[in-house]
Amino acid sequence: MASLARIRPRLPRKVPFAFRGLQTSADSTQLAQDASHSEPFTVRLHEDSFRSYRTETPGLEVEVTKESLLKMYKDMTSMRRMEMAADALYKQKLIRGFCHLAIGQEAVSVGLEAGITPKDFVITAYRCHPFAVLRGGSIKGVIAELLGRVDGMSKGKGGSMHIFTKSFFGGNGIVGAQVPIGAGIAFANQYSGKPVATYAMYGDGASNQGQVFEAYNMAKLWNLPCVFVCENNKYGMGTSAERSSSNTEYFTRGDKIPGIQCNGMDIIAVKKAVEYTRDWVTSGKGPILLEFVTYRYGGHSMSDPGTTYRTREEIQRMRSTQDPIRGLQRYIEEWGLATEEELKKFDKEAKIEVDKAVEEAKASPFPSDKDLWSDIYYAGTEPAYMRGREREEVHYY
Amino acid sequence: MAPSKLSSVAKTANLAASALKNGNGSVIPNAVARSLPQAGQYQALRTTGGSSVRSASSASGTKTMTVRDALNSAIAEELDRDDDVFLMGEEVAQYNGAYKVSRGLLDRFGERRVVDTPITEMGFTGLTVGAALAGLKPICEFMTFNFAMQSIDHIINSAAKTYYMSGGKQPCNITFRGPNGAAAGVAAQHSQCYAAWYGSIPGLKVLSPYSAEDYKGLFKAAVRDPNPVVFLENEIAYGESFEVSEESLSSDFVLPIGKAKIEREGTDITMVSHTRNVMHCLEAAKLLEEQYGVKAEVINLRSIKPLDVPTIVESVKKTNHLITVEAGFPAFGVGSEICAQIMESEAFDYLDAPVERCTGCEVPTPYAKELEDFAFPDTEIVMRASRKVLSL
Repeated sequence: MASLARIRPRLPRKVPFAFRGLQTSADSTQLAQDASHSEPFTVRLHEDSFRSYRTETPGLEVEVTKESLLKMYKDMTSMRRMEMAADALYKQKLIRGFCHLAIGQEAVSVGLEAGITPKDFVITAYRCHPFAVLRGGSIKGVIAELLGRVDGMSKGKGGSMHIFTKSFFGGNGIVGAQVPIGAGIAFANQYSGKPVATYAMYGDGASNQGQVFEAYNMAKLWNLPCVFVCENNKYGMGTSAERSSSNTEYFTRGDKIPGIQCNGMDIIAVKKAVEYTRDWVTSGKGPILLEFVTYRYGGHSMSDPGTTYRTREEIQRMRSTQDPIRGLQRYIEEWGLATEEELKKFDKEAKIEVDKAVEEAKASPFPSDKDLWSDIYYAGTEPAYMRGREREEVHYY
Repeated sequence: MAPSKLSSVAKTANLAASALKNGNGSVIPNAVARSLPQAGQYQALRTTGGSSVRSASSASGTKTMTVRDALNSAIAEELDRDDDVFLMGEEVAQYNGAYKVSRGLLDRFGERRVVDTPITEMGFTGLTVGAALAGLKPICEFMTFNFAMQSIDHIINSAAKTYYMSGGKQPCNITFRGPNGAAAGVAAQHSQCYAAWYGSIPGLKVLSPYSAEDYKGLFKAAVRDPNPVVFLENEIAYGESFEVSEESLSSDFVLPIGKAKIEREGTDITMVSHTRNVMHCLEAAKLLEEQYGVKAEVINLRSIKPLDVPTIVESVKKTNHLITVEAGFPAFGVGSEICAQIMESEAFDYLDAPVERCTGCEVPTPYAKELEDFAFPDTEIVMRASRKVLSL
């Protein structure tokens, strides 16, 4: 697989901003010094990994370790395996309703997690499975939720779009609603004096919701420690960014809020951008926008083949030339951190891990009718009773 | 204090609290002859001054308090009690509240706790819900609940449903408050009752207070309740004064959510109402007694969700006649729900006549007073319905 960066002649450095495009190759990062198996070492991102609005771009030098790169590889592989398992379970009709998969977008979820701390907060929209696992959940918990079992992270009551952990607020099925909620989480942290960042994530489709701009405005007005993350996978359902947005430069849409656009297919660039924005908001500079340019290989949801509004060639090209997992694989192999065989072993382990999680999830019981009535109100503060389908079907607390 | 010395209101609170604790749905009869508040104090809403909290008292020594002051002291006490509580909304801080409900709170608690927002309902509602999910206890003020239609998605989808959708992982302790229903002369977009809208949503609690004590005790309960609570106020009521008990002045005064209050005991007809329409019922009850010797029992719902059906049922079993009185639209309204609940309960067998509903008209609220007067129930309408039910 040829890297675009290596076969393309270098652009002169003085090209005006407007003519410089972001490049979204997954494997254009170069070693800046010899790779080490034990010590952190520095790599250099492609110079078009970032663009910026009202601020400087993050530096291109990134310090990495063998351990962190291998962990990111394992996590991305596991997340893809999990989504593939969900795809298969859906096709076996074991998963009901909505199911939105993030295959192709793994560098965003795993890169985000690699750049933040467990004390930071994340909220996203309906494409939420990887975040739910990475933020303290489990693959079994997600799969069991999709299967509607009691061991699901929401006891089978939320399904694909509604999965939560202590630092992950879902999982929101109303496009754009999670953005002001995210600003509110940031508000709460500022209010309580917690020096942490909140990442409020949305897609290119949601970016046109009015409440996104309402959230931007309040966040800037009150200097909230919130990173607004536009996960631009180029299509909001079946409508391309160009057909939905008068300005497709999502990182520039915050008016007075600075923004960074980042290659969302190179996980090292993602991690760097996340660290940069985390430093930004936790150092009191107020909110910042962060756009990841990424791509989903599958359809919008399981009911969308994903090929009526884009060509098969486009999907194939993205898969074969800009895949985030293959990009990181290339770094690891070229930099001599692990061999292809060792990485294949990780792939196999990920498959085993996911297969085991699926089996365990399948073994989890279905919820019973009594579970229908719990968690409507906070335990101990329920009304005396709730009504069922006919007048004698009443649940008393 | 000896139990016999407790005011009737305090007894109600105690009984209801213990009833709630014991899980029994027993009725709490409570004979209170309450002085009727003066209506038509709308102009007072526009004033910036006013009496200070707890200082108002009548010559006889009976304390009275306006709804505005009751609410103001309730908010202040909850802000004082818990640092996780904050008030956010349009004009709540520097302007002292569009209706002066939050007067003085900015000076007392500072801009961290009392936060002015831009005119951005969907945004700040979502933001306060986010703050609640993160563990704070926001009081989200709407200048009126009409504007909350801009943000109703966050009240229902984000606040009411998250606890369930998360399998009980993610509580949302938030209070949405503001004036609801019709004021005077503000036309269709500013005059709508949302009790039925919010009352239909599992996961929400919905309160609709009538008197100053209701406002104080129920608001504090709302803030302390770990669920999302919609607290429906009334703009005209803000300036109205009510007698209040000594107990209600305490910062520990909390009323139970989900318990109705029998404002006037009677044996011949039950009138079920909420918010200011309770006043029309009390006036009609007085007239019925004077003119026909009929004793009407007046139930102030206080809580729309949970709806205290047992109290209504017990009352109907005693009086055998029922009317409902509300200012909301008739279709799918609070009255409709009460009719349905009575049909489904043993009270149906005790009814000697069909239930009559008094409601707002099925029209967008008109501007002209001559039209507006026809759009909402008043004492005469309550009398008319009562006469019909009682065949008088």
